[in-house]
Amino acid sequence: MKMKKLAAMALAGTIAATPAMAELVIPDLSYRTGPYAAGGTPFSDGYQDYFNLLNARDGGIGGEPIRIVECETGYNTEKGVECYESTKGEGALIYQPLSTGITYQIIPKATVDEIPIHTMGYGRTSAANGEVFNWVFNYPANYWDAASVMVNYLLEENGGDLSGKKIALVYHNSAYGKEPIRTLEELSAMHGFELSQLAVDHPGQEQKSQWLQIRRERPDYVLMWGWGVMNQVAVQEAANIGFPMENFIGNWWAGAEHDVTPAGAGADGYKSLNMNRIDASLPVFAEIQSLVHEAGNAAGDGSNVGSVLYTRGMYAAMLAAEAIAKAQEIHGVSDVTAAMVRDGMAALEITEARMAELGMSQIGPEFSVSCENHGGSGLGIVQQWNAADGQWVALTDYIAPDDSVIDPLIAADSAAFAAENNIEPGCL
Amino acid sequence: MLYREAGDFKTTYVADNQTFPLKLDRIGFWVTMAVAWLVIPFVINDYWASSLLVPFLIYAIAAIGLNILTGYCGQVSLGTGGFMAVGAYACYKLMTSFPDVNIMIHIVLAGGITAMVGAAFGLPSLRIKGFYLAVATLAAQFFLVWLFNKVSWFYNYSASGQISAPERLVAGVAVTGPSTPAWAQYLICLFFVTVCAIIARNLTRGTLGRSWMAIRDMDIAAEIIGVNPLKAKLTAFAVSSFFVGIAGALFFAVYLGAVEVGEAFGIQKSFLVLFMIIIGGLGSIFGSFAGAAFLVLLPVALKWIGVDVMGWPTDLVAHFQLVIVGALIMFFLIKEPHGLAQLWRLAKEKLRLWPFPH
Repeated sequence: MKMKKLAAMALAGTIAATPAMAELVIPDLSYRTGPYAAGGTPFSDGYQDYFNLLNARDGGIGGEPIRIVECETGYNTEKGVECYESTKGEGALIYQPLSTGITYQIIPKATVDEIPIHTMGYGRTSAANGEVFNWVFNYPANYWDAASVMVNYLLEENGGDLSGKKIALVYHNSAYGKEPIRTLEELSAMHGFELSQLAVDHPGQEQKSQWLQIRRERPDYVLMWGWGVMNQVAVQEAANIGFPMENFIGNWWAGAEHDVTPAGAGADGYKSLNMNRIDASLPVFAEIQSLVHEAGNAAGDGSNVGSVLYTRGMYAAMLAAEAIAKAQEIHGVSDVTAAMVRDGMAALEITEARMAELGMSQIGPEFSVSCENHGGSGLGIVQQWNAADGQWVALTDYIAPDDSVIDPLIAADSAAFAAENNIEPGCL
Repeated sequence: MLYREAGDFKTTYVADNQTFPLKLDRIGFWVTMAVAWLVIPFVINDYWASSLLVPFLIYAIAAIGLNILTGYCGQVSLGTGGFMAVGAYACYKLMTSFPDVNIMIHIVLAGGITAMVGAAFGLPSLRIKGFYLAVATLAAQFFLVWLFNKVSWFYNYSASGQISAPERLVAGVAVTGPSTPAWAQYLICLFFVTVCAIIARNLTRGTLGRSWMAIRDMDIAAEIIGVNPLKAKLTAFAVSSFFVGIAGALFFAVYLGAVEVGEAFGIQKSFLVLFMIIIGGLGSIFGSFAGAAFLVLLPVALKWIGVDVMGWPTDLVAHFQLVIVGALIMFFLIKEPHGLAQLWRLAKEKLRLWPFPH
């Protein structure tokens, strides 16, 4: 096994060293170490496996082989910047940092270097305004969509009326966790529910006092913006104080298998959002198993196939690959540059027919991106954990956010960013 | 043979008291300065600036600051991260409130504000010592981070709680913001490092430095011979925080451009700077540089060897990095408790005697 891997690596080395061959360079700023590794590992596995599948099955995208450059960030912004600087010189086409902190860091840098960033369901929400953030995309949905989808779901559960209800937000005390507060405050004023905010400091292992407060205040619902080890601890604490799990809803970064399994049966009934469907029987997984894993090219240990975050990582890779294919189509060349990939992303259109063709039918909503709107449709589903069967069950179809609340917030925040940075809003 | 004072005669007290009494040291210093100022700016690129040289220079300032407090005055501090945060947030508030004032002035003012905050947190040092003082400064660390997270005035009420540096120019060239050229980023840090190191070196040689060292070596004896502990300790806290504040302001404005207080200025930062001065050498300006270089460059070098040369998986390399850096810290502490500066001193002693060691 070791020898085989070494031989494969040596082979990969000679292939990489051949200068004449053009290739598509995709950096993967992953984190497989530290308190957030539980989430970073399956996402990165899915992201890499899909590109490896394209290499094995189609010889890359449009005939150009893909080269993945992995760089470990540990979810740390300083290391993220170092990774960005060390990979951009290799001809990086698109960045997917999977960290809101690193995203904030590299938005200005990538804008100057003209490399597109795809922050799928994380990062700076107002990047949905493509006229200000020309190089940043956050389709298919963002945090403010998530907050609104949660409230819309609760409205539906309560017959359209949340007045007088108490809702607590447990959030990671960072740029990531603070993102939804503005929207929730707006929605709280609109629907008349009472919002209380409970911050959990990095890395989130210490939550006793927050859950004591929840026990005392007895909110009707608890919403959570958590990531990494914080999720497991929160679910465990909620189970410990006997909080009704069906009233505890996490966002889409707080709804993977590893978040709920440590709490065992206590986690049964915990809900979370999801921006993609999970279905381990999708044909694409069988292809990854046979063409990538059995060929010995699996990223990581290959144990995550079909899990929530693996699926999302693969979905992210699919969106990137489709954008590159679109760029090749628009510009008529197969060896695209980062600027061309940006054009491809701005013209991206994902249809059910295309997803079915790729072997991942219904994995995400249908949406299209334009120069003005980088945010996609903003739809999300609500899923519930079934501890006995050990799987997530989708409770709803895609729920739409309340755009009348979010759009003005996005306009205001992106206008503030444009003013701060002397950006003249407009399409490229 | 090559490195010795023979034939290097001094005829005045001023010449005898200069920073580098040996001619060869002086030449070495000026060659280093010439390379740093005249060669590197022309060859530097983005990667070298933002991965190696800029963090090295900024951490060197922070290490000099902490070395003044801990190495020269003997007051252990675990609040470095918090004081760096004061520098960063002071710089941010000044940059956004007075956009027309030169950023260089803002960075110095941010240092001044940090000095005041540091002196205030230094007050308990008059009553408590040693481990107890370390715990008191730990409180400063947690309080300051909590404050910058809690009070939204400090981050101008931005939704994410992050502060980001707007573009500012020095002599027509951007030194903060995304379009800063690598050489400008490097030069502004080099400028502050040079000035800070010269100030620190001369402070520690003068009356103030001698009173700090007297307090460090034995505070009761120092008091009896007429050193005012109030003045000595508070000036050590103020001067140390001034440097740490400048480092924090540069770290935020020039190096990262956007920071989140909990992550960038958490307790790990305090420990990192403390490790730098322990490994580099307590009570030595050169040690501050050596320690900063060791802890900034080593992880990058290990990563380069592991991932780019050997082709190992990134998570394996990240874990190995922790193991190797930890093992090296232990090795140095056992083999040379006085740090890299002492190794350098010993090497110089040996060189002076060479080739006749007896």
